[in-house]
Amino acid sequence: MAKITFDGIEVEVEDGTTILQAARKIGGDVVPPAMCFYTPLKGSGGKCRVCLVKVTQGSAKDPRPMPKLVASCITQVQDGMVVENTTNEDVLNARKGIVEMLLINHPLDCPVCDQAGECDLQNLSYEHGVSATRYEEERRTFNKVDLGPYIQLHMTRCILCYRCVYTADQIADNRVHGVLGRGDAAEIGTYIENVIDNEFSGNVIDVCPVGALTDKTWRFKNRVWFTKPMDAHRDCPTCSGKVTLWTRGEEVLRVTARKDQYAEVEEFICNTCRFDKKEVKDWTIEGPRHIDRGSVISANHYELPVVNVPIVPNLPVSTKKNLPQE
Amino acid sequence: MGLKILTEHINVPGIETLEVYRKHGGYKSVEKALKTMSPDEVVEEVKTSGLRGRGGAGFPTGMKWSFLAKPEGVPRYLVCNADESEPGTFKDRWFMEKNPHALVEGMITSSYALGANTSYIYIRGELLFVLRILEKAIAEAYAAGLLGKNILGSGYDLDLHVAPGGGAYICGEETALLESLEGKRGNPRNKPPFPAVKGLFQSPTVVNNVETIASVPWIVNNTGAEYAKIGVGRSTGTKLISASGNINNPGVFEIELGVPVEEFIYSDQYCGGIWKGKQLKAVVPGGSSVPILPANLILKTAAGEDRLMSYESLSDGGFVSGSMLGSGAFIVFDEDQCIVRNTWNYARFYHHESCGQCSPCREGTGWMEKVLHRIEYGHGHQQDIDLLVSVAKQIEGNTICPLGDAAAWPVASAVRHFRDEFEWHIKHPKEATAPGAVYRGQLDAITA
Repeated sequence: MAKITFDGIEVEVEDGTTILQAARKIGGDVVPPAMCFYTPLKGSGGKCRVCLVKVTQGSAKDPRPMPKLVASCITQVQDGMVVENTTNEDVLNARKGIVEMLLINHPLDCPVCDQAGECDLQNLSYEHGVSATRYEEERRTFNKVDLGPYIQLHMTRCILCYRCVYTADQIADNRVHGVLGRGDAAEIGTYIENVIDNEFSGNVIDVCPVGALTDKTWRFKNRVWFTKPMDAHRDCPTCSGKVTLWTRGEEVLRVTARKDQYAEVEEFICNTCRFDKKEVKDWTIEGPRHIDRGSVISANHYELPVVNVPIVPNLPVSTKKNLPQE
Repeated sequence: MGLKILTEHINVPGIETLEVYRKHGGYKSVEKALKTMSPDEVVEEVKTSGLRGRGGAGFPTGMKWSFLAKPEGVPRYLVCNADESEPGTFKDRWFMEKNPHALVEGMITSSYALGANTSYIYIRGELLFVLRILEKAIAEAYAAGLLGKNILGSGYDLDLHVAPGGGAYICGEETALLESLEGKRGNPRNKPPFPAVKGLFQSPTVVNNVETIASVPWIVNNTGAEYAKIGVGRSTGTKLISASGNINNPGVFEIELGVPVEEFIYSDQYCGGIWKGKQLKAVVPGGSSVPILPANLILKTAAGEDRLMSYESLSDGGFVSGSMLGSGAFIVFDEDQCIVRNTWNYARFYHHESCGQCSPCREGTGWMEKVLHRIEYGHGHQQDIDLLVSVAKQIEGNTICPLGDAAAWPVASAVRHFRDEFEWHIKHPKEATAPGAVYRGQLDAITA
């Protein structure tokens, strides 16, 4: 076991745990954000650099600080390590810089993007971004790539986290897509037009932190905050069958795997569950799913984010504009 | 002329053949090491010699070798980094082309020291003709029993392979090189684990520069203590310098570390002075990735001491008034060279060569290039200079590999030392974009 101090909070974790996982054990606001690291995927992490933290004391044995900021998702804890995240200004400035880098070529098309409301990049930008851009040049764009009947790749939005590549390698087999090109011309693609056709290929949609990979059966159907997440299950021969249904009225608009508060999938699901079972009668409903992420989707359904709104019960829609403005 | 260790016989006709090379004392170190020394003794000699990595970072080679993990039953590898592709650096290519057996000899002796039975020379993809020369030399060494099974009857086996890269600068970074050698996309790995623990094929690996490995035979033949006597302070031995730019005598020179920079630029045995007798404006002393220094700071340190061609002296003053020896690519600029244009050129290179794996480098290098392009072509704004400094700072130190730093340092240093020139470009776009126009306002101050 190793005892570390993270932002002044002591926590004891197993040897070999990463700093990020130790911080998640503490939970709350001190947890560094992570755009590319994904616990179930081996080898992920270290790429987006938003989880950088300052190690002010390497370990009890060797108390020297680490010279550079380190990526908390891939750096293992040492007994007696002291780490600063939200209490260190350098870390916050570096993070701000990296969010700016992630956004300079992002299209910022949230109003028409299906990921809006549950987008990691959106949350990150709200928290660490700046309100104005210093980037004057033309943004990088790509043509949309068709990856078969279910998955749409919109490369312009991609932040190259490599999660979908690892997913295709480790969850589904027969990876047909990968990263082509290099530098800011690098893109996810299949090189020769190819269909991602695999029973578990749909999971690349769940792991995508932005709206680069979207579900074609759900695209433009609705906004995520208008839908109601319900836990449900079915007897599935290929996967666990445990899913979250996103419903509106009687309609099942979308099926996803269940994700925890860090948007990480608990159990990967198969394409049949995800794309083909879009009727309530296909599922055994367990009840509403509590979404614990700092996104619009959790705020809208379970907590009212704005206070002092005059609440008039059973208000007809047409009288809304006649309300006294306070 | 100082002592020549690497280039003593380099101009002997036919030195690229085994016969001539052996006539001039070649492969003596292999015999000495394999027959009379234990591997640890060779490592000790290299440690005593104080030899430092010649690829750019200057890490002590003996120390690097002693860090190599030696678990039972796991093979160890030595990989020679011949992916020389930094703008301004051409020493390794020249050396391998002229004297391939010197590298092969170094590889055998070093592999023996590290207990590696398979070694690789990873060569830049564009250098196909050098690859052919090396392959010929290796075939000769195999035929003479210097490679293969039971070398010289010592019971030590070694296979040496040459692997060409695809021509990406990033594959000169050691972990990207290993990925590429394994046949994957050349993306740098997250560290730790370091290659000394988990390198090529997940086995302990040492990656060394061509020049470093080629220096080992001399150390074995003449002892490390002799080698440590050459040079100055902790910069021991000799170094190949690729001198280019506006000088009378460009080319590769072997110097004893500690030669004064002024002597190196103006002496006829080295650069031979500035071309056409013009004034020296600036020098990039260690390849495009190190900070550029104006004439006054390259000749004398901020404290007024003579600057020497050594690791310590060139980095004296940190990044405020110093630079780095780097890979020894000495690029000289005369009074007619535009620093903005040159900085843009470097930024363009790093933009093109970024692997695109981590976000600050992927996005930042392109951003810097675009801003510099704008300034150079007369569309810059006053706030662009601070923007450049800020973007460089956002990249520096926040990336997986040193390419991000390498992209940020030349830009940051150019703005630090030549801010007036950048401002002139922005304030007088018409004059600055005229053909051949160069800012001379700062010249008297930096050449004084």
